[in-house]
Amino acid sequence: MSGGLYTQLLDLACGAFLLAAVIVLWMSELTMIVRVFALQGVALAAIAVLLGAHEERWDLVGVGVGVGLLRAGVLPYLMRRALAALADDRAHSEEARETQPLVNVAASLLTAALLTLLAYAVARPLTELHPTPATRALPVGLAVVLIGFFVLVTRRRALAQVVGFLLLDNGITATAFLATSGVPLIVELGVSFDVLLAVLVLQILTTRVREAFGTTDIDDLRELHD
Amino acid sequence: MLHLSEAPTASAALLTAPAAVPLLVAGAYALTGLRARATAAAFAAELIEARHRVTAQGAVLVAEAPEPKQAPQQWHPTDRAALLSPAAILTCGSLLAADVVRHGPTAAYSGLLRADALTAWMLLVVGAVALVACGSAPAYLTGERAAGRDTAQSVWRYHVLVQAFLAAMCLAVVTANLGVLWIAIEATTIVTAFLVGHRRTRMSVEAAWKYVVICSAGIALAFLGTVLVYYAARQAGIAEAWALDWPTLIARAHRLDPAVTRLGITLVVLGFGAKAGLIPLHAWLPDAHSQAPAPVSALMSGVLLSVAFAAILRYRVIADAALGPAFTRVLLAGIALLTLALAAGLLLAQRDYKRMLAYSSMEHMSLIALAAAIGGPLALSAALLHIAGHGLAKSVAFCASGRILQITGTAKIGRVRGLLAQAPAAAGAFGFAVVALMAFPPFSLFTSELGIARAGFAANAGLGWATAAALLLVLVAFAALAARTARMLLGPGTPTETNSPSTVWPLLLGLAACAALGVATGPLTDLLHAAAQAIGG
Repeated sequence: MSGGLYTQLLDLACGAFLLAAVIVLWMSELTMIVRVFALQGVALAAIAVLLGAHEERWDLVGVGVGVGLLRAGVLPYLMRRALAALADDRAHSEEARETQPLVNVAASLLTAALLTLLAYAVARPLTELHPTPATRALPVGLAVVLIGFFVLVTRRRALAQVVGFLLLDNGITATAFLATSGVPLIVELGVSFDVLLAVLVLQILTTRVREAFGTTDIDDLRELHD
Repeated sequence: MLHLSEAPTASAALLTAPAAVPLLVAGAYALTGLRARATAAAFAAELIEARHRVTAQGAVLVAEAPEPKQAPQQWHPTDRAALLSPAAILTCGSLLAADVVRHGPTAAYSGLLRADALTAWMLLVVGAVALVACGSAPAYLTGERAAGRDTAQSVWRYHVLVQAFLAAMCLAVVTANLGVLWIAIEATTIVTAFLVGHRRTRMSVEAAWKYVVICSAGIALAFLGTVLVYYAARQAGIAEAWALDWPTLIARAHRLDPAVTRLGITLVVLGFGAKAGLIPLHAWLPDAHSQAPAPVSALMSGVLLSVAFAAILRYRVIADAALGPAFTRVLLAGIALLTLALAAGLLLAQRDYKRMLAYSSMEHMSLIALAAAIGGPLALSAALLHIAGHGLAKSVAFCASGRILQITGTAKIGRVRGLLAQAPAAAGAFGFAVVALMAFPPFSLFTSELGIARAGFAANAGLGWATAAALLLVLVAFAALAARTARMLLGPGTPTETNSPSTVWPLLLGLAACAALGVATGPLTDLLHAAAQAIGG
């Protein structure tokens, strides 16, 4: 692959990756959010495959395909199933919408812009250490980490918080790929397995929250405080 | 005795066993649980059939059918099988300790598992606390079954998860690979999620949700930090296979890029600090510790916090070599003082005795963080001794509080009076454990807090002021603990508890070990010094 094309494709994939995170902030339908999250998984896999193809490391291409399967296939499938189980009847159709986030959409988008700027500022020493097309895209990974944290803090629906956690995780994986072409395989496997289990645990807990509180609005969880 | 360094298979076995034995026990519980479920289902089917037959014959003697209440009784022996893992962990810990002190660190599986003195020390602490927790679990579970809050199936799930929890903690302690360390600590979050939510009440579900979300997000930050350290290591010319290896990173730390390492270490301290109950991601701790079953609270507070902090201790060595000691000193001292202030403040306003113990854990973890900030042999060995003493005393306190909760039926401090007259054994153990936590001699927390204070005042002026502030806050926490515990224990009451020695021995053992460590560390002295040396003391 020629250098120019590689850089352009990599920038395209990173742009799509960041854009998906911003769109998650914009959306309020959880089904749409999950769909956008799956697209972000595809962009993440594309980053890994591009890096692998450029460095001619076929194990990295394999890891990229695996990451793509997990994040664009398995995790969205689990989320969709949880969503279907929650919004199974008319009475609970509001469970599928993030109706009143703690911060409204306009302010959220503005915050995303600020967080992206912050990510660029923080990532400067990282890029300076070893400037390549891949490390120049590092701020994108950090920006998605920050946006994921923001979603986690400001969303009220349990499943929207799970998406926030997964955005955070996608951002970290992207950072790992862009900085070092991925962590060693055993660590990558362990991390993926842990993320999968964490999502399963959160999915089961979501149903239990609904059983116990009658809603998945996390702001209604106010039994424990000092 | 055969030297482990000359027998690689023996050292590999010793390094594998602490994580593998609990995993095997968990597997055994899972299998017997499945079989018991099958037989229980068959039993229930038979019962229904019998009832049908009885009704078909026109008799209405359904009440004479065998009572299903008999079924839980046959579980008792299996509750005790859980003690196998603490025994194995303690044995491996002692053998590794003897070997490490004499011959230095051993490694297996091309450096993936490695034991140095810190590993052996932490294994001993995990084993001892697990012995207290698993030893008092049978009595606790019997109480829960009698109250109808636990069924055979939920007890079975409890055992499987607790054993998996022990396995994950041991793996976190014996690995030298920082990536595997992260995986093991994240795994503890996953297996304990359902233990926190074990009772399925509104409160425990809420606690479990907060626990998983805050800890997973926090520990994700630690992973980002790990990735950045790996990036710095690769750029410093370390090969891929060794770039997350702790000894290699220390040996080459001076070549790591300072700016990247600084960012990475900050994220790691914040991330693992979340699991260790330190500010700013501490909010899960009081909820999870107050809602989990008592033996699980004992394990979480007694060792999970310090296993996570041991990870910070390991990273601290890398940071000190790469950036100089000033950076982690400021970071850890700041976090320690803020956490301590928060814990002392909330202890003053506390009305729930399990939450009181949880905030006391935050208080002690921040003292350990302060000791790590001070650094040097004295402060670091005091920190390690404090980890052991706090683990023992806090596990006894939590196990006794579980018994108190079963007797009184409330966790509110205001509604509990005259416990010493009502239930002398549980109240006595609780009282002595709180006395130990308030750092009275002869308990080891006195020795370790004294060590931390001495080291703090001997260090530079800034740390002297920090230590003085910390001591003042500890005094506030001391007053809060003393007033509330005295209120609970003293006063008139009618005896209700029937004491059997099997409920008391783990608590007595824990208190005795805590006191013995305070009087003299005995054969453990060399290990303690070697462990402090391994983390830069």
